[in-house]
Order: sequence, then structure tokens, then C-alpha cells
Amino acid sequence: MAEMECVFERPKSLLPVVTNYCPGCTHGIVERLVAECIDEFDREGETVGVVPVGCSVMAYDFFGCDMIEAAHGRAPAVATAVKRVFPDYLVFAYQGDGDLASIGMAETIHAATRGENITVIFINNAIYGMTGGQMAPTSLPHQVTQTSPYGRNPAYAGYPIRVCELLSSLDGVAYLERVTVDSPKNVRKAKKAIKRGFQNQVDKVGYSLIEVVSTCPTNWGMTPEESFAWMRENMLPYYPLGVYKDVQADGFANVAEAAAARAAACPMVSGYAEEA
Amino acid sequence: MSEKVLMKGNEALAEAAMLAGCRFFFGYPITPQTELAAYMSKHMPKREGVYLQAESEVAAINMVYGAAACGKRTMTSSSSPGISLKTEGISYLAGADLPAVIINVQRGGPGLGSIQPSQSDYWQATRAMGHGDFFLPVYAPSTVQEMADLAYAAFDVADTYRTPVVILADGMLGQMMEPVVMPAERALDDLPAKSWATDGTHGKRPHNVVNSLFLDADALNAKNRERFERYAQIERNEVRVEEYLVDDADIVVVAFGAAARIARSAINDARAKGIKVGLIRPITLWPYPKEAIAACNAQAFLVVEMNMGQMVEDVQLAVNGAAPVEFFGRAGGVIPRPDEVLAQIEALNERLGD
Amino acid sequence: MQKEIQAVLAGFGGQGTLFAGKVIAYAGLLEDREVSWFPSYGPEMRGGTANCSVTVSDEPIGSPLVTDPTAVIAMNQPSYDRFVMEARPGAVIVYDSDLIAPTDGRADLEKVGIPASKIAQDAELGKLANIVLLGKLWDKTGFCERATLDEAIRKCVPPTKPHLVESNKQALEMGMSA
Repeated sequence: MAEMECVFERPKSLLPVVTNYCPGCTHGIVERLVAECIDEFDREGETVGVVPVGCSVMAYDFFGCDMIEAAHGRAPAVATAVKRVFPDYLVFAYQGDGDLASIGMAETIHAATRGENITVIFINNAIYGMTGGQMAPTSLPHQVTQTSPYGRNPAYAGYPIRVCELLSSLDGVAYLERVTVDSPKNVRKAKKAIKRGFQNQVDKVGYSLIEVVSTCPTNWGMTPEESFAWMRENMLPYYPLGVYKDVQADGFANVAEAAAARAAACPMVSGYAEEA
Repeated sequence: MSEKVLMKGNEALAEAAMLAGCRFFFGYPITPQTELAAYMSKHMPKREGVYLQAESEVAAINMVYGAAACGKRTMTSSSSPGISLKTEGISYLAGADLPAVIINVQRGGPGLGSIQPSQSDYWQATRAMGHGDFFLPVYAPSTVQEMADLAYAAFDVADTYRTPVVILADGMLGQMMEPVVMPAERALDDLPAKSWATDGTHGKRPHNVVNSLFLDADALNAKNRERFERYAQIERNEVRVEEYLVDDADIVVVAFGAAARIARSAINDARAKGIKVGLIRPITLWPYPKEAIAACNAQAFLVVEMNMGQMVEDVQLAVNGAAPVEFFGRAGGVIPRPDEVLAQIEALNERLGD
Repeated sequence: MQKEIQAVLAGFGGQGTLFAGKVIAYAGLLEDREVSWFPSYGPEMRGGTANCSVTVSDEPIGSPLVTDPTAVIAMNQPSYDRFVMEARPGAVIVYDSDLIAPTDGRADLEKVGIPASKIAQDAELGKLANIVLLGKLWDKTGFCERATLDEAIRKCVPPTKPHLVESNKQALEMGMSA
């Protein structure tokens, strides 16, 4: 019998365990992509992941690298310290929208502006999944959730936060891309973006965040297919896919160079240009 | 070996921490602990350590959580309102069995309170440094020398029992200068190995997970029971107390930290007047020196604190009804005067004579 | 002469009262005695008055906050007015007579006014009126050995400004003989 070639298998960095995710959830896809990237860098032994509070709270059991479970919203602070301890490790934070953009927004913004050489994977599905479907900082106007039963009324519940756009003004940010995983083509693009985020750590370019526009079939009350359709119809116009910042595409080696060029007229910056 | 130098208490804490092998400090400015962070910002780079000014106390304690998870000696410092913000993270440190040192240079409270020296976080430190079932060792230095010695020792205790440790100082001890001799510098490669740390598997072991989540109630029950066995060990091994003139004392003053300094002056003055009075100074506020207090044959106890009497119940529990327990204190940042304490001792002594 | 000293040094922020207090404390340290130094801190330091308490003793020191000083150096009127009233009977009060007019009625204190600011200016000693006053306080109290005082100055002057050692020592001398 001819020897069979293995053409598809579980990434080495993903442990052979059953996840807690609902059928049709995109977490599984994204975590697999993260694990594939770790495999491709062949750095599982020198990788530390930080996971949030939310549906992916148990993800410390899914990855084979060392893992830290952070308090709600604090993953960027925890990841900051890990990276300061191990500057040459790959360090990633994996966070949902409530964790990253609501309770943890201060930590998100400051890790970004410090230019921490970490990769943040941001799952934006416009809802609090684990607690049963409450309004999130990224819930769309008029979106019905458990805590916006008449639809999110911006007049009193305010507007959603576009995280990539918000962070794009910060000098410490090297790379921002918004992707989705609703099709093989988009999954491949998401993988490329995540890998770029990790490559930026290797090259010490600065802070990278990959936002994955995602779904929540369970709390949206839809089938997985309906969820993707709803996401394409409603979320993508609000959260357009694309690259929001790329200092290397702008011609800089890293955030320090980009920041110095941007503020070249400031003597406090230009005087210290060599240090950058 | 080390030269005797004049140092502020805040600086002594910082220097001793670095000598103990702390290379990761995360803070946020607040009076009256400012000099500690400033000292760290100046000296950490010289030791190839990390001083990072976080965006908030909340972020700072979670950075401590990250560095502790990686197996490094790490510390944060703040003052009362900032400590309240850190309690979330301290609970997570306890829940994940992470060693770390937290300094509280207390000021008057509640709320924004004052910036003057106070001891009004006794209850918080000994009972409620966050949600959940846990204790943590609390050290109460009384001199700048003790600030150095206890900060140094705190890292070993934290590592031995895998627990956060609190140094409960105050604005007086933090701001004042006294002569101090620094302990010897620990070699970083001589620090305890931590097999549980998330320092990279290097492909040689299964992954380590630092976590405080136990969705299975039985598992969490077992974890808490295991942790309380460790607390029992701490209670057996780590109680520290100073006794001063208690053997023949009719009256025993119980005071910690800055208040104990003032009480000691008053006790000396009272002894000069022929009053048999002594001092018990708890150095660990948890574990509490119950036995030392219970062993006193005093006719009365006087608790002296810079708060509204937060330690009184601990003394009452230790005395267990054998003698009356009275209280004298000043709150809000007022430093009691030795003559005020002396007047209390004299009045109590007169009542005992009746 | 006071070997045991409980001093308060007070003035406006920037006049160097905290530094002068540190010199007393270091002198005590060098003679291997018990020493404490405790500053005022916080908003009152911002453009307002600054003061510190210094104790040198042969017994362990209780409260580092001096509430009834045996010695006071005052460098502005509000400080003089406040601390002269807190001083223990017999205390030595050294003040800058260029800046302060004593209006208290206390006759139980040894009050010594010298034009410290003018002395420092005339000798081109910049802002060393604080050390001129310290020299006078030493002259009146003898809180340490003479040689110790110079050594304390050497310890307190930042290593980055070694040239200030000589000018401080000169200011001490001028205060002692003023």
C-alpha cells in the first residue's frame, strides 16, 4: 500500500483538546490561525499567550505554549510585563470586544502608544458572548441585544467604537488590520495579517493589532450561515476591512522612525533622533 | 559590610527590593510614596531592570501579575486610594498563587482623604485586599531600617509560600530619613527556581498555565483548601512581634508601625513615673501575634493607632476577655503626640488602682 | 549646649531648610547617634512653606515629628510666628533678621537674629543663608563636634556639585562668627 501523505493536520501549537466554543463560532478558526503562525515561526517554546475574560477565557487550555489567564481587560498590561521580561519571545494577547474595547480600553491604548512589541488578536463580534449576549462597545446602532432589547439607541447608549481607526493615530502602533474569516479567501488573508503581527515582533517594529470581525450565532440567534450574512450586510459597512496602519509600508523600519518623522518639527524629538 | 547611610523610608524600600533581586517595578504616581517610584526610575536602568510607569494602578498591578507569572521578582507601590484600585489584581495574584510584593505607604482616608500619615488601611490589608477567600502576609515596619529589612524578606516569603505580600507603611515612615544599613545584594542566579512559571516551554515540558479560573466548584474548593493549608504554615512560621518591657507590665500597649514609635516614647515617660507599662508591637499584622498578646499577664491593654481603632478587635480576640482592651487613636492623618498617649496610660493606670 | 537636639527648620520652598536639616541629621549619623529627619510634604510644599523636623539623640527616637522644638531655624515670618510659639522654654531660635521681625512676646527663649541673607550675598555665597543660619545654630547649641559638621557638609552636597563643599563650609564659618 502506498504511503499516504498528510496534507492537513492539527497545528502542533494547538493541543488536542475539545474547545468550549459553540457550533459555528469563529474563535476556533482564529485560534487555529494563531497556532499555525507559531508553528511556522517554530517558536512555540518561546511563546507566551495571554487570554481574556470572555468566551475565549479557557483558551489557555487550547494552546501548547505557556499561557496566562488575565483579569478582564488587563491582557495588554500582563502581556506588556511578559514582553519586558522576555523581549525576544513571541507574546500575544487574545481578546474580545468587551474585554479590549470597554473595560480594558485604557490598557489597550497605553500598550499601543508605548509601542509594546506584542501582537493583539481582537475578536469583534459586537456582543458579550460568555455572559449571554449583552450590548458590547462594538454593538451596532439599533442592534438588539439582551441589554438593548429595543435596539442600541445611540441617543443614550452612545456609538460603537472602531478600534483600528481609534488606534491608528498612536505613534507606538506598527500595524493594524481588520479582517474576517467568513470564507477561505478571507481566512487566508486573516492568517497573513496575523503572521505579519508576529513577524513585527521578531523584527521589533512595534505594536500590532489584528481585528477579526466575527459572529456569534448563539447570541445573535442565527445559524452560522445567517450570522455570516448578517455580519457581511451590517458589520462590514460599519467596520470596513483593510489595513489601517502599516509603518513599514509607509517606508519606516519601526514605530520609532515613523514617530520621529511625524514630529520632526519638534526639537524634543529631532534632538533625540539618533536614539530612535 | 554595607555603610550606614541616611535614607528616606520610601527609598530604603526601593533599594532593599532591588537588593533582594527585584528587577521589575510597575507604579503610578501618588503621594506620599512618590520617592519610591522615583528611586526605582533612577536605579532600575543601572541594574538592567525595568521601571515602567503604568497608565493606572490597575494596569500596574496587572503588569506585576505578568512579571510574576514569568517567575521574576516584581513589585508595585502606592498609597491608600491607589491600593484600593490594585485590590482586583491582588486577588488575582492570590488566586493564581503568584509571589509579588505590594507596598502601601498609607495616607488618611476614606476617599481621597488626606496625604498625611495614617494607618487606616489595616482592615483592608488584613481582611480584604480583594474579593475571595484569601489572606496575605502583611508586614508593618516601624523604622527605616525595618522598611529595608522587611521589604528584603518579603520577596523570600512571597516565593516560599507563592503568595503576594504587603508592606503596610505610612507617610511618616516613607518620608522620614533615618540611618539604615542595607542588606547584602542577592545574586539573580541564586534566586529560587520556579517550575510553574510561564517562562517558555522550550519544547522540554508541557505548557505551564497561570490562572485563577476554576469553573468546577469542587476543584476550586480543593484549591482553596490547599491554599489555606499554606496559610496555616505561614501562621506557624512567619509571625513576627517585638515585645518591650512586657514581663512585669500591668498595662500593655499594642501598637504597630509609626504609632508604635510614639507609644514607645510614652511608655518610657510612663516608666519614669513608675507606671508598669510595656509594648507589644506586631510586625506581622497577618499572621497576627495572638500568642504573644495572650501570654501577657496585664490588667489592661491599650491599643494605640493612627486610625479609628481597626486593630482593636484583633487584640480583643487574642485577649479573649481576660482583661479590658481600650483604644486611643488619631485619624485622618493626624500624628498622635507622645504626651497624649502618656495621658491615656496615666488615666488607665489610675482606673486600675481604684 | 544641647547635645540632644529636636530642631525645626522652616522657610519658603527653595530656601534650603530641608538641606540644612539634612546636614544636622548627617552630623548625628557620623557620630553614630540616633537620628531622624522628617519633612513637610505635599501641596504645602508647592510655593508655600517648607519645613523639616530633625532629632539627634542617644535614645531611640519615637515620633520624628518635632512638636516642641529645642531649636528652630526660621527663614520667613510665617515660619517664625508658628514655630516660636511651639518652642520649648529655653529653646534656641535662630532667624534671618533681614526677613523676620520678631513680634512674639516670649521671654523664655534664646532668640538670635542675624542678617543671614545679606551675609551670604555680600560674601557671594548665593543662596546659602540657610547654612549661615545653621552655623549660628551650631555656635549656640554645639549639636555635634566641629569637625563632624564639615564632614556632614561633604556628605550632603551632591557628588555632581563638589565645588559647593567649600562655599558651604565658608557659610558655616560666617554664621558662627556673625
